[in-house]
Amino acid sequence: MNFDFSDEQKQMRDEARKFLSEQCPPKAVREVLDGKASYDKSLWKGLAEMGFLGVAIPEQFGGAGAGHLELCVIAEEMGRALAPVPFSSTVYLAAEAILIAGSDAQKQKWLPKIASGDAIGTLALFEGKGNPSPKAVKVTANGGVLNGVKKPVPDGAIADFAVVAARTGSSGRESDISLFIVDLKAGGVEVKSLTNIDLTRGQAEITFKDCKAEPLGAAGEGWSVIAQVLDRAAVLTAFEQVGGADRALEMGRDYALDRIAFGRPIGSFQAVKHMLADMYVSATLARSNCYYGAWALSTNAGELPEAAAAARISATQAFQHCAKNNIQVHGGMGFTWEFDCHMYYRRANAMALGLGSLSYWEDALIDRMRKKNAA
Amino acid sequence: MNFDDTPQEAAFRAEAKAWIAANAPKQYEDELRKASLGRVALKGANILEVAKAWQKKKADAGWACLHWPKEYGGRGASPIERVIWQQEEGPFGRLSSMFIIGHGMCGPTMMAFAGEEQKRTYLPPLASGEKIWCQLFSEPAGGSDVAGLRTRAEKNGDEWVINGQKIWTSGAHYSDYGILLTRTDPTVAKHKGLTMFFLDMKSPGVEVRPIKQASGASDFNEVYFTDVRIPDSQRLGNINDGWNVSLTTLMNERMSIGAGVATGFPELFDFCNSLMLEDGPAIENRAVRSKLANWAVKASGLKYTSMRAISALSRGERPGPENSIGKLVAGSMIQDVATYALDLQGAAGALSGPEDAEVAGKFQAMLLRAPGTRVEGGTDEIMRNIIAERVLGLPGDIRVDKDVPFNKIPTKGRS
Repeated sequence: MNFDFSDEQKQMRDEARKFLSEQCPPKAVREVLDGKASYDKSLWKGLAEMGFLGVAIPEQFGGAGAGHLELCVIAEEMGRALAPVPFSSTVYLAAEAILIAGSDAQKQKWLPKIASGDAIGTLALFEGKGNPSPKAVKVTANGGVLNGVKKPVPDGAIADFAVVAARTGSSGRESDISLFIVDLKAGGVEVKSLTNIDLTRGQAEITFKDCKAEPLGAAGEGWSVIAQVLDRAAVLTAFEQVGGADRALEMGRDYALDRIAFGRPIGSFQAVKHMLADMYVSATLARSNCYYGAWALSTNAGELPEAAAAARISATQAFQHCAKNNIQVHGGMGFTWEFDCHMYYRRANAMALGLGSLSYWEDALIDRMRKKNAA
Repeated sequence: MNFDDTPQEAAFRAEAKAWIAANAPKQYEDELRKASLGRVALKGANILEVAKAWQKKKADAGWACLHWPKEYGGRGASPIERVIWQQEEGPFGRLSSMFIIGHGMCGPTMMAFAGEEQKRTYLPPLASGEKIWCQLFSEPAGGSDVAGLRTRAEKNGDEWVINGQKIWTSGAHYSDYGILLTRTDPTVAKHKGLTMFFLDMKSPGVEVRPIKQASGASDFNEVYFTDVRIPDSQRLGNINDGWNVSLTTLMNERMSIGAGVATGFPELFDFCNSLMLEDGPAIENRAVRSKLANWAVKASGLKYTSMRAISALSRGERPGPENSIGKLVAGSMIQDVATYALDLQGAAGALSGPEDAEVAGKFQAMLLRAPGTRVEGGTDEIMRNIIAERVLGLPGDIRVDKDVPFNKIPTKGRS
C-alpha cells in the first residue's frame, strides 16, 4: 500500500512552496486585501510559467498533462499562501467543466489559454441565497440566448469567460438545466463587483441581457456535469483548505512559543497547548480525508462522490477551526489589521461557502453513504 | 497513490488469509463481529478459554506476536506484515484483548531488559497465551503522574520486599505474571528513585481485588502487596533506573497501528438507517444527517490516518506523529455517539435491558463504558499534552516537583 503522494509529487509540492514563498508573501496578498489590485497579475503569470495552471490539462491542449494528484499538491500550497489569484475558479471549475463536457474545438479554444494564463474562467452557478440545486437556476437560455442574473460568481469581475448554468426546460427535473460558455467581454453581459468577507478574492454579479452563448455539452445534461465539477472542485478546494489550516496552526504555534506572559511562553499553558493540539487533530483528520479524495479523484473511482463530500466537510471544519483559534492564540494582536491572522479567517469562512455550505455537503455525504449501503 | 499490496505483501496476505480460513473459531465470528465497546462476551462459552485456545493455535503455527523474534515465540515478521495479519484476523483479533498488555508492553520490556535465559523461558509462553501478563504501574496517588507512585521495594539480601498498592491493573485476576514499578529511593527526585521488576502473581502476599467500575463491570483490579518477596534476578534494568525502563513499556503502548479504534460510528449509522422517528425515518431527518456527517468524517479521517501510517510501514519508514490522534478522537467520539443514540429514543433511551433496549442495549453499554476510554492508557489531557509537546514542539509543563526529593513533595491539596 502506498496511500501517499509519490516522491515526484512531493518534490512538486516543495517547488510550489518555494515559488509561492518568494512570489506570494503576505505583503503581496495585502496588495489585493487593501484594494490596490483586483488580483495578483504577476503571480498569475508566474504560475503559468511554472506550469501550475495547466498541470492537470492534457498536453494536447497546452497543459503539462500531469494529473489531478499533482494539482492537489499545488492546491495545498495555494491555500497555504492565500494566493490572491483566480486559481480555483479558473482551474477547478471552468477548466474541469470544459474537460468533462467540452467539444474538441472548445477544449482547443480555452484550455491552452487557461494553461498559459491568458484566460481567466469561472462557473456562474448561484443566483442569490441557497445551495447548489437545479431548482435554484432561473437564468434562461432560449435558442442560445441567455437572460437573468448570477450572483455570487467567484472572480466574475476579472474573468474572461464563464461556464453558465441555465434553464432550458420546465419539467421540474434536472434535465431542465444546460451549460453554456459565455465570453464575458462580448455584448449582453454586465458585470458588477461585490464586496465579500474575503477581500483577497473577488465576487461578482453578472447580468445577462439577450447574451449569445455557446452550449457546453449536451442539452439537458448540465446538472450532471455541474455535479461532477462540484465533486472534483470539492477535493481540490479541500486541499487548499488543508494548506490554509496547516499554516494557521503553524502561526499559532510560533506565536505561542515567542509570546511571553506571566513570565513564561504562553505555549507552556495547557489551555493554549490543548487548543493547539485540537487544531492539529482537525488538520490531520482533514488531511487524511483529503488524501482519500485525491485517490478517488485521480482514479475516477466510484467512491469519488462520497470521498469528495467527506474531504469537503472535514477540510472546511479544519480551516475554520484553525483560523479562528489562531486569532485566539494571538489574543488582541490577532484582531488587528496588521497581523495576518484575519486574512486566514476571512479566507476560511469564504471558502466554507463557495461550493455550497457545510449543511449542503453534510446532506450530500449522508445521501451518498446511503446509496453505497443500499448497493 | 494506491491501496495495493506489494507482491511480497500480497503473498503474505494470501498465506495469512488461507490459514485463518482453515483454523479460526468460526462459530464465534458473528458474535465477535457485533461486539462493541463495553460488550465483549460469548454466549455459552468462556471467552478466556476460547481466546487462549486461539492464541495457542496461532503460536503453534507461527502466527503469534508476529514481530517478535522466532526464538521468543514470534515470527520475525516486518511491521507491515503484522498490520496485514491484523487486517486479515479481523473480528477474531478481538479475542486478543486479554493479551494486549502482555504482548504490547510487558513482552517488549522483558525483551529489552531481561537476561537471555529469562527471555527464552518467559517470552514463548507469553506469546502463545499460555501465560498472561499484567502491568502494575498506576497507583491511587499516581495516575497520569505515574512517577508519583509510592509502592516500596526494599533490598533484603538477594531479595526485594514489596509493600504497597497498585490500581487499575487490567486482567490482574487472570494474570500469571506482572511487571511492577516500585520506589526504591524516596530521598531523591521522584523520577530518579524507581526500579522495575517482574514477578509471579501467585507470590505470597499478592492480593487481587476487582474494582467495580462506574459501568458496573469489573475489568480492572486493585493489587495489594504485603511483604512480597522478589529475587533480585527479576529486576529489570538498574536500581533506580525504573523510569527509563518504564518509558520503553509506555512507548510500546501506542503501537497499535492498524488495529482500528472503536468510534461507535458504524453502529450509529446502521441504527439511524433503521430507526423511525415521529415524522419519518431518522436517516431522512436533517438534524440527524448533520450529526451523522460530522461523525462520519471523523471516523473516515481516523481510518485514512491509519492508512497513511501503514503506508509508511510498508515503505519501511516509521509512521509520523499523526497516529497519536486516534485515541483522543475516538474516546470522546464514542461517548458523544452513544449519548446521541439514546437521545434519538427519547425517554425509552434510558432502558438498558437487552430485551427492552434498541440494538440489545449496545448504546447504553457504550455510554456507560465510554468515560473509561477517555482516561485509560493516557487521559484526553495527557494525549493533548503529548501532541502539543512532541508533535508541535511546545514547552513541557512546568513541574514544581521536578527537583524536590520525593519524600518532601506535598501529598495533600486543601489541608
